[in-house]
Amino acid sequence: MNWLISFLDWLREFFGDPENWTGSDGIPMRLLEHLEFSALALVLAVLIAVPLGLLVGHTGRGELLVVVSANLARALPTLGLLVMFVLLLGASSIWPVIIPLVLLSVPPILVNTYEGVKGVDPELRDAAYGMGLRGEQVLWRVLVPVALPLILLGCRLSAIQVVATTTVAAYTGLGGLGRYVIDGFATKDYASVVGGSVLIVLFALVVQVLFALVQRVTVSPGVSRRLKVR
Amino acid sequence: MITFDSVSKRYPDGTVAVDALSLEAPTGEITVLVGPSGCGKTTSLRMINRMIDASEGEILLDGVPVRGIDPPTLRRGIGYVIQQAGLFPHRRIIDNIATVPYLLGWDRKKARATAMELLERVGLDPALAQRYPFQLSGGQQQRVGVARALAADPPVLLMDEPFSAVDPIVRTNLQDELLRLQSELNKTIVFVTHDIDEAIKLGDRVAVLRVGGRLAQVADPKTLLSEPADDFVREFLGQDRGIRRLRFISADGLRLRTDLTVPEGSDGGTSEPWLLVVDADDRPLGWRPGAEPGRLEPFGTYAHRGDTMRAALDAALLSPSGCAVAVDEQGKVVGVATRQALDEALTEAADG
Ligand SMILES: Nc1ncnc2c1ncn2[C@@H]1O[C@H](COP(=O)(O)OP(=O)(O)OP(=O)(O)O)[C@@H](O)[C@H]1O
Ligand SMILES: [Mg+2]
Repeated sequence: MNWLISFLDWLREFFGDPENWTGSDGIPMRLLEHLEFSALALVLAVLIAVPLGLLVGHTGRGELLVVVSANLARALPTLGLLVMFVLLLGASSIWPVIIPLVLLSVPPILVNTYEGVKGVDPELRDAAYGMGLRGEQVLWRVLVPVALPLILLGCRLSAIQVVATTTVAAYTGLGGLGRYVIDGFATKDYASVVGGSVLIVLFALVVQVLFALVQRVTVSPGVSRRLKVR
Repeated sequence: MITFDSVSKRYPDGTVAVDALSLEAPTGEITVLVGPSGCGKTTSLRMINRMIDASEGEILLDGVPVRGIDPPTLRRGIGYVIQQAGLFPHRRIIDNIATVPYLLGWDRKKARATAMELLERVGLDPALAQRYPFQLSGGQQQRVGVARALAADPPVLLMDEPFSAVDPIVRTNLQDELLRLQSELNKTIVFVTHDIDEAIKLGDRVAVLRVGGRLAQVADPKTLLSEPADDFVREFLGQDRGIRRLRFISADGLRLRTDLTVPEGSDGGTSEPWLLVVDADDRPLGWRPGAEPGRLEPFGTYAHRGDTMRAALDAALLSPSGCAVAVDEQGKVVGVATRQALDEALTEAADG
């Protein structure tokens, strides 16, 4: 049980230190930075991946491109990308961090959006056209609502991944919760490493809950089939 | 009226699905397209609302070529019902029904009021309006599909095997409902099925297609059964074409005997092998065998006004007496059609 005791000690040491709650390297500030980086990366990724996924899924054009680029992007090592962009762009802005994060989070959203739209029952699509809906009406009024659970799943996967990987932002000297982990390792301050990690996990949990709420509000009960009969 | 003027459809892979089809679907009538699988029924139907475009020839809607009409606009004016209903899963039943009115920009209140009216019209409980499609049975979904197609009151209705995915009892119900609706609405309906019985039951006119998309025969059901154009049609109509023809011969002409009914309790002797026992209200109770007066055997009835020879024959076969009981609207016995009477009528039917 020794490890548990030292774990709790570290937590007490980290969270109990009033120093850690104020200033530019305090927990509130670091949390905010973390939120800023991950949210920015995620929003950019959604803006790129969702329209592209909808377009390809709806028109059936460029399917190969989606699959190949998605798989390629998955194979890219995040850390390698980060170092490369820092070398290319310098470490003075947030972009060397944001770009790899975006590249990382596009594939899950793109693939799930594309699969979601493409996977809609052809009979349903057919009925929609048969009723006299135009192409873009079919997309927005039928395909998107029906594919929404998958689209949101893609976004959630990306969000979790981004939150976890934003830690690497610390490598470039930028802020975020990763600072505690990286700096802690460098100075053998294990309380900081453990405390930072716990914060990152909590952050990811909150994101999960948030997405579950969004899903509940936006997905029709007729699609999620979560419903009591009235 | 819908007119096919030597319409052909060749798919990009070279398949000729429909070959020089010329056909008319008269206004206010049900025209059924029937034929074996792959004969081009669906293709023909979908060329009407331009879900598929014809390769050659022209389809006219009241004289106007559909080719010249913008497809979504055309489709909003044509009801379309498909096999699996194809309801929008994310919308409540009421909004599913109101799909086309919404598209046409109707006031939301009016669209919903119309949808509620239609829900009842197709025989569904108004309480279902707030449900989602997954909460309905297949038969109910199919009714909603019909209601949705009717919502904007289009003059034309296209139906592609709408009842083939439900069980036989529900199918019979849906067919009867369609006929009832049609008697009120008088739509121009084109109905696709591969079931010849359904075709004969529903069609004012039946067009039989053969594989390769060629018209084999188009006629009213009675003519089709009595005068099939060739061996293909004869074979497609099946073995019991003679029996099915009886559906088109009224039972009105059957000679009825009224001297075979006795009130309950009377046990006077008779030389007749069977006597029909009736209650105080003249409703049938059962057949009493002359040899064994204590027993009552089952009976079969048909409606004296309105039923066909097929129903009368069916009623006769249900009873060991071999006689059919003719009843009026209240279920009271009008008379009894004996074997001789049935025999005479059948002989007449066979003669034409
Ligand atoms: N998109 C397509 N491309 C190529 N051939 C097709 C296409 N759609 C249908 N066909 C072919 O055209 C012919 C007619 O098809 P269609 O769907 O009209 O038949 P159907 O009479 O409705 O058959 P079923 O009773 O099985 O529904 C068939 O041989 C079919 O394989
Ligand atoms: Mg078909």
